Amino acid sequence: MAVAARKAPALKLEGAQALLAAWPEPAGEASWAQAARARAARRLAEHGAPGRRDEYWRFTDPTSLAALPAPAAAVLEAPEVFEGVDRLRLVFVDGVFAPEMSDAPEMAGLEIQPLSVALRRDVHWAREVFGVLEGHGQDPVDRPFASLNTARATEGMAIRATGKAARPVDFVYLHRSETSDALVRHLIKLEPGADLTLLENGPAAARLNAAIEVEVADGAAFHHVRVQGRDHERRATTAIFARLGRESRFKSFTLTANGRVTRNECVIELTGDDAVAHVAGASLGDRDFHHDDTIFVTHAAERCESRQVFKKVLKSGAVGVFQGKILVRPGAQKTDGYQISQALLLDEASQFLAKPELEIYADDVKCSHGSTCGAVDPTALFYLTSRGVPRAEAEALLVLAFVDEAIQEIEDQGLADEIRGRLADWVARRRRS
Amino acid sequence: MLKIDNLHVKLEEEDKAILKGVDLEVRAGEVHAIMGPNGSGKSTLSYVLAGREGYEVTAGTATLEGTDLLGLDPEERAAAGLFLAFQYPVEIPGVGNMTFLRTALNAQRKARGEAEVNAADFLRLVREKAKALDIDAEMLKRPVNVGFSGGEKKRNEILQMAVLEPRMCILDETDSGLDVDAMKLVAQGVNALRAPDRAFLVITHYQRLLDHITPDVVHIMADGRIVATGGPELAIEVETNGYAGLLGSVA
Ligand SMILES: Nc1ncnc2c1ncn2[C@@H]1O[C@H](COP(=O)(O)OP(=O)(O)OP(=O)(O)O)[C@@H](O)[C@H]1O
Ligand SMILES: [Mg+2]
Repeated sequence: MAVAARKAPALKLEGAQALLAAWPEPAGEASWAQAARARAARRLAEHGAPGRRDEYWRFTDPTSLAALPAPAAAVLEAPEVFEGVDRLRLVFVDGVFAPEMSDAPEMAGLEIQPLSVALRRDVHWAREVFGVLEGHGQDPVDRPFASLNTARATEGMAIRATGKAARPVDFVYLHRSETSDALVRHLIKLEPGADLTLLENGPAAARLNAAIEVEVADGAAFHHVRVQGRDHERRATTAIFARLGRESRFKSFTLTANGRVTRNECVIELTGDDAVAHVAGASLGDRDFHHDDTIFVTHAAERCESRQVFKKVLKSGAVGVFQGKILVRPGAQKTDGYQISQALLLDEASQFLAKPELEIYADDVKCSHGSTCGAVDPTALFYLTSRGVPRAEAEALLVLAFVDEAIQEIEDQGLADEIRGRLADWVARRRRS
Repeated sequence: MLKIDNLHVKLEEEDKAILKGVDLEVRAGEVHAIMGPNGSGKSTLSYVLAGREGYEVTAGTATLEGTDLLGLDPEERAAAGLFLAFQYPVEIPGVGNMTFLRTALNAQRKARGEAEVNAADFLRLVREKAKALDIDAEMLKRPVNVGFSGGEKKRNEILQMAVLEPRMCILDETDSGLDVDAMKLVAQGVNALRAPDRAFLVITHYQRLLDHITPDVVHIMADGRIVATGGPELAIEVETNGYAGLLGSVA
């Protein structure tokens, strides 16, 4: 689809040029990769950097996400997540792949290579994914940080799954420098019938711009479990672009605890009949925590199911944002679309801003959405405390119960329990501090 | 054990007096019953004793073994030995029954300076008590009271009481909604806990429960006051003649 000419204000255009100039233009890559990068750079140059007036940036101020240089963020030592899971670890330090700290990138059913290597070769599948899914996802909503990522990111992995991966691949993002400003990009292709679980954890950098393109072919299944944080001052903008084939499955869950500003975008297109896409997220933070989930699910085939389940726990002035859209294209009959976003406000200083949207161009569909915002149930709190549970502990139990509905979206019970354990630790630590 | 003196309570939000001078003393080892018309303030009394928010004590005192209850948080009252079986047990989606009960038991023990109960011992303890109350092990795995029938919720209250072993047990209409067999189980559960150092305050509308849990003293509450006090025969009089005669005599 051609992107209609949009006249952006001069400030946005200048901002785009500044962002493009802040990272070197990658050199020595294959011509197809160069062409994809040039297209992305042009998109960003034309649309401009994100601005507060942009329709999808009204609730989240993009200034600190685009500022140059990136605002510094103190490094916080935190234990790694998923330690109890048998996985293939690929470690990044401030956004740069560290092979010496990683497992050998080899596993039956998978081809794993660094992005920089894939973009120098004529890797057929990568050519059909890199900048393609992202470019497609720019319509009808601009995603300038993702354009920047396509134009400039050189770090990340290119993974092709041809069968069932024996264990999950885990991207471990260590943050070591207070001033790191990282661009990370992953390309993932699941061939028909393939099955891959991708884990991601760690703060990654003082500021992170991450993008993942995932092509899920017919009958393939992609599972994604991500734990962001826990650095208090970290800023991040992440984007997932997924294209789903017939009878394929895509399931993504993100836990975000802490961080100054986090914007997680997820753009999914169901292009094959009977595909399933579930996106879920739980986020918890206090004070100057600002967390934004911006989801766009397009139903372009028949009998597909999509679910969005987002839970936010906000305290002492924290802000949570949810912008979720379900678009049902003409002919996408028997679509089953569901969306729920809920916030638990632990005090009156915190805020939840929600923008749920349904746009439906087919007549035989079932779509529903809901959004709620409330305080801890005083009756439940009284019941728990009347049995001797101290108030803070009772509140913690209710917080964990509240976010559990999002965690239940994780299919693998072991991974779900890992997240629960992590969360319980986090809540207990918060209670003490 | 429990001593209530001239207790006056109004709603915090509005100027509505609900308890208008309640006097009551329950001694260790005793079982007292409170009966009274709907809206007379029985649940309010139990909530105020347990520490629910939304009420304001305008006069009077309530002590448990000499400790001023009204100055304590609900969890401190529980640790001091007070237990309220709710008229309407609360459903808490997402919080497992077992997690809840174990957290409660260990929090109380910790508050009293006792050692925590480990997971295995706890499981054994709950299984044993649940069996006596004919509570299915599957039910215990579910979230607190979620999807429980009315009767199951009430039995779950008694299970909690049996596990927590409080000194002063207040039962607010635990018999309502129970079938005959369940009521016998609940009564057995209560009777099993009767002890010289434990006391019960049983709120009920029906003499039927008192056939199984024989009270030492029966009180009639009306319009925020105890208007009559007597032996078990008072409950029988209510059952046969209603409150008209009793209330008429005070009006
Ligand atoms: N939070 C509240 N807000 C408004 N009114 C209240 C509140 N709590 C209690 N009341 C009122 O106080 C009175 C006493 O209520 P309470 O529930 O204590 O009665 P009860 O004796 O337990 O009745 P029942 O036998 O029906 O259970 C009632 O008129 C009730 O409507
Ligand atoms: Mg009542």
